[in-house]
Amino acid sequence: MKKEKTTIVVAGVLIGVIAAMLVFFGNPANMGFCIACFLRDTTGALGLHSAAAVQYIRPEIIGLVLGACIVSLITKEFRPRGGSAPVTRFVLGAFVMIGCLMFLGCPFRMILRLAGGDGNAIFGLVGFVAGILTGTFFLKKGYTLKRSYKMPKLEGGIFPVVQIVMLLLLVAAPAFIYFTEPDGGPGAKHAAILISLAAGVIVGILAQRTRLCMVGGIRDAVLFGEFKLLFGFVAILVSALIVNVILGYFHPGFAGQPIAHTDGLWNALGMYLAGFGCILLGGCPMRQLILSGEGNTDSVVTVLGLMAGAAFAHNFGLASSADGPTANGKIAVVIGIIVVAVIGVVNSRRKEA
Amino acid sequence: MKRVDARGLSCPEPVIQTKNAMASRAAQYEVLVDNVVAKENVSRFAIHQGYQVEVEEQGDDFLLRIKK
Repeated sequence: MKKEKTTIVVAGVLIGVIAAMLVFFGNPANMGFCIACFLRDTTGALGLHSAAAVQYIRPEIIGLVLGACIVSLITKEFRPRGGSAPVTRFVLGAFVMIGCLMFLGCPFRMILRLAGGDGNAIFGLVGFVAGILTGTFFLKKGYTLKRSYKMPKLEGGIFPVVQIVMLLLLVAAPAFIYFTEPDGGPGAKHAAILISLAAGVIVGILAQRTRLCMVGGIRDAVLFGEFKLLFGFVAILVSALIVNVILGYFHPGFAGQPIAHTDGLWNALGMYLAGFGCILLGGCPMRQLILSGEGNTDSVVTVLGLMAGAAFAHNFGLASSADGPTANGKIAVVIGIIVVAVIGVVNSRRKEA
Repeated sequence: MKRVDARGLSCPEPVIQTKNAMASRAAQYEVLVDNVVAKENVSRFAIHQGYQVEVEEQGDDFLLRIKK
């Protein structure tokens, strides 16, 4: 058991270093990794939203899925399954994304923003923890999306194969794929394809082996007094912080932080929605990608929900910008919290143990 | 002996069901899971609670025999 904790701390340290280094190699500031932002960029590259500043097929996403897929094939953990309330998962995924884009980052980027000195992320963290605690309350009440079932090999293999197609589209760059113009916004800032892909694969392997999950840490600590996953969360924060200080990327403060806004209440509510939704989904956006690579098609549907949420967020003007949240975004986050709560209530009943 | 069928459930649900089952204070439990993560998490939880765990692979499933 002690070995498990050492492993996840080592993995967390490596992931923190890789994330900070990706910024060095060209990713946007405090965005070595951001599953929400990267899925949003990829969604834009496919033309599913037309926010010109955030369109790029992010190789990190491809790498995460393929890394997890390869390692799960080796360890025989690749087991295609699905059928556990897919439509509910799609809806939860979409609202988790809307929450993330209110805050401007997924739970992973929230850690990296903290590690970069972005004080606004503290409000995000407060909301995130509150969201996790709310979700955990429903878990205690017997919340479940029911069982998943065995699926054909092909069903589990489709999503990893789609990632290879995405990589080909990125490299071939046909005219129908949208890429942010140079200096046109965050979508234009990225490390070289091979570096991003390798970073994704390595983190994918580490996350698959350690079951790292940004919501799982606090959840397991509250439910079972089990701190393993929380160790990974903290390790990423500490190592990214140290590398940021060394590279001169640590700028403590609130105003003028990169790709962030200073509205504390909505930073908190955005991450409240994300944390709450992720608990009801059983894992953070990164964990959903890893599970997608392992043949879990419920997680694939969740990722598709996240991407649909990203498209809605930009098509309907829900996503925040450095100027702050939008009125539409606030309404969407409130609706999201209500919808997620209803999903929680309806799927909770105390079962006879 | 108490039996929990947690096949098809994703974590943390198998652990929660095991935890709830333990409230019955039976001498022995059998928990059936169908994925490695659930096997690891239920085992870890049971060991932390002072139980001993034996794992038996049954085709694609894992049967965990848990006793003091």
